[in-house]
Amino acid sequence: MLELHRLTKHFGGVRAVDGVDLIVNPGEVLGLIGPNGSGKSTTVNLICGLFPLTSGLIMFKGEDISALPPHERVTRGIARTFQNIRLFGQLTVWQNLWVAQNSAEQRRQNPVRRWFGGGGSAREDIGRTLEFFDLAHKRDELAGNLAFGEQRRLEFARAFAAKPVLLLLDEPAAGMNAEEIDQLDARIRTLRDTGMAILLIEHHVELVMSVADRIAVLNFGQKIAEGSPAEVQNNPLVREAYLGTATAA
Amino acid sequence: MDFYLGLAQIIGVHTLLGLSAYCVLLTGQVSLAQAGFFAIGAYVAGMLTVLAGWSLVPALLISALVSGAVACAVGFPALRVKGLMLVVATTAFGEAVRLFFFNFTYQIQAGNLKLGPHGGEGFRQIRYFPENGWSTLDVVIFIWIVVALVMAALWWLDRSRAGAVLRAVGEDELAAQSSGINITAVKVSAMTIGGLIAGIGGGIFAHYTTHIEHIQFGVVLATFAIAYPILGGLSNVFGTLLAVIFIQGFLIEGLRFMGDWRNLLFGGLIVLAMNIRPRGLLDAGTTRALKRLFSSGKEPSGA
Ligand SMILES: Nc1ncnc2c1ncn2[C@@H]1O[C@H](COP(=O)(O)OP(=O)(O)OP(=O)(O)O)[C@@H](O)[C@H]1O
Ligand SMILES: [Mg+2]
Repeated sequence: MLELHRLTKHFGGVRAVDGVDLIVNPGEVLGLIGPNGSGKSTTVNLICGLFPLTSGLIMFKGEDISALPPHERVTRGIARTFQNIRLFGQLTVWQNLWVAQNSAEQRRQNPVRRWFGGGGSAREDIGRTLEFFDLAHKRDELAGNLAFGEQRRLEFARAFAAKPVLLLLDEPAAGMNAEEIDQLDARIRTLRDTGMAILLIEHHVELVMSVADRIAVLNFGQKIAEGSPAEVQNNPLVREAYLGTATAA
Repeated sequence: MDFYLGLAQIIGVHTLLGLSAYCVLLTGQVSLAQAGFFAIGAYVAGMLTVLAGWSLVPALLISALVSGAVACAVGFPALRVKGLMLVVATTAFGEAVRLFFFNFTYQIQAGNLKLGPHGGEGFRQIRYFPENGWSTLDVVIFIWIVVALVMAALWWLDRSRAGAVLRAVGEDELAAQSSGINITAVKVSAMTIGGLIAGIGGGIFAHYTTHIEHIQFGVVLATFAIAYPILGGLSNVFGTLLAVIFIQGFLIEGLRFMGDWRNLLFGGLIVLAMNIRPRGLLDAGTTRALKRLFSSGKEPSGA
């Protein structure tokens, strides 16, 4: 579904992402791990179109989307969460999901209804999403007033509201407690089983190892390993990157 | 009595001006172009009634459309820049409009009178109201009907998905983009709506003052436009109305007896108000408290 070919992004002299090839398939969770500053978030930002590529190609559903603006990528089915939560804090939980209904199908709605009307199906969708993310009881709360774990859930829900086929989750478990991480794990599995492709960036090793079907490892902007969780775990290069051995191969 | 009617006219028209800035501010843009749109509305509406003999309501509609179209055209290049640069760019636009009208002459001979805009001397004799026998009270009522309609429309917009999208863009452009919102389209739309409203306000202004000139549409007016919604708060349209009443009714008229000292106190009181109520006179908390006050006793139906 998503193919990155020699994806490269330099910030001045910093090679944040350096020739990364990656494939994410439908119904698959690809874990993307790596030490701090290894280019994981930058990869997600590039897939979303937040800044232009230095070089390389992003193919999505067989089309080159490298030059599309961010909102059109969402319309095509790519949604994301942020490592540092970025909700619309002055909007209610409900409104946060409402504004995010931007899939191609949702855009085809009668514009008057879509922008100004109550929108029957839109309303039902939001209701179901709130149930799924266990936020129904908070629907009229301002997003900025939610507890931290709830904010993470709402961000996930907001990404889901655009009916994506590819979800990019940037450290969704950061700052969550064990119970919340279990629920997150279950939600990711449920979505994967509907055929969604999920790119999961995570420092929480247990979560990635448990939920990811495949794992890719970045270090200094380059992909140094890829494979099943077990393979990656036993890869000496990966151990080296994480233990910070000075004599890199 | 005439004093209060005059004040009611000023407050009504300035509310329209403030609301035009309110729309744009919702998307996080500080625009000092609103006085320019207001000026365009004033001249267009005045020319339509005086030179073309139109009646007022269609003239106002056209002035709204022209201002809206200009705002839309200005929106595309202007909104590429942000923050202070946007303030500078929109100020420059406002001044350009003012200078245009400073140089703009288009007069026709009517009997022994020359009618129409006459450069730096301005556009005199916009006598639609007296010629058609409107009393001052009629004018006030007309203005407030328009204000009520515009406020109702914005209130409803605010509660629709469109309003939530405007606010989302105002809060976090990056998150809005990443949620699939076309922020350029949203910002330009907000600017266009602001232009429409300023055009109506300007059109009415031209008719009740009967004499407009470029100097009235300078940076001071642009600053007032933006000060109203900032002082009133962005939680809803009534904040802007409240701020206009506070500034025009209380600060400017109420303190007139203080002479030159007024201006000093004027600045000081606005700073004080902003300090006491940093989110505006009518912030979200107050709004909720008011709602609770009015709905208490008739809401045991359990949510
Ligand atoms: N907008 C930017 N401008 C300049 N440099 C940047 C920018 N974004 C990221 N970088 C740099 O690119 C490198 C990769 O950063 P990135 O955020 O992608 O790392 P990461 O793998 O997500 O790290 P972490 O685990 O800490 O989130 C870092 O050296 C960072 O300083
Ligand atoms: Mg990161």
